[in-house]
Amino acid sequence: MTQWTHVAGKGNRNLKLYALSTCGHCKKTKEFLDESKVSYDYIYVDLLSQDELEKVYSEMKKYNPRGSFPTILIEEIDVIVGARIDEIKRLIDLND
Amino acid sequence: MTESGIGEKEIDLRIKILKEDAKKRGYNLNTDELLVRELVSGILINKKRYGFESCPCRLTIGKKEDNIDIICPCDYREQDISEYGCCYCALYVSEDVEAKKKTAEPIPDRRFERQDSENHKVPDNCAGIKNLRLKYPIFRCRVCGYLCARENPPQICPICKAVSEKFEKYL
Repeated sequence: MTQWTHVAGKGNRNLKLYALSTCGHCKKTKEFLDESKVSYDYIYVDLLSQDELEKVYSEMKKYNPRGSFPTILIEEIDVIVGARIDEIKRLIDLND
Repeated sequence: MTESGIGEKEIDLRIKILKEDAKKRGYNLNTDELLVRELVSGILINKKRYGFESCPCRLTIGKKEDNIDIICPCDYREQDISEYGCCYCALYVSEDVEAKKKTAEPIPDRRFERQDSENHKVPDNCAGIKNLRLKYPIFRCRVCGYLCARENPPQICPICKAVSEKFEKYL
């Protein structure tokens, strides 16, 4: 089973955060999402078993071919690569 | 102990060493102390998890041999600092960023660019250089570019302190 964790919050858009548990920028991004109190799902790709990791990582690379973290996927359309807080803010606000 | 099992003292000690080494060797650690703490903790977790200190902001997949380039300090630090003002994870920054004349923004990962081109090697059209009969081979530090002519690479790079695995046979 793929271990996505759901964080309950405002809105019902499909917001996914692919993160690494060791990465400071992923942590900043996650903290921002937590503070904004939006509803989202996150996964720590580095903590997955090898099979799950390959599956989730190749799925993520469809959206961000470089495979870098954090990668945020909004409604399976918009992709934000890196802890670009302003851009996340803009896209979240835009969809409100 | 933090939730990751890495002690606060261990992190403090490593930050102290990194700061001292950086200053001695012409590098600067990020002034965002909280971020530096997170990154150093990530490096120490990776050491425990994988057996080597890979970049906390990149995914380590496979064996050590496949990840030598992302052992901290990574092979891309020099180029990223001069082009963007910080390395990929932003543990190291340029003087301007340290002096707060510039800010460090998220940067793209050049790791896969290099895997495509491998342009750091002496190109094939330099056959004359490749066929030189050298008394000693020349090794190059992939982190800082230091070259040395000797039987084997040094255990530790005398310039940037990278481990011997970071050396490639250059000529």
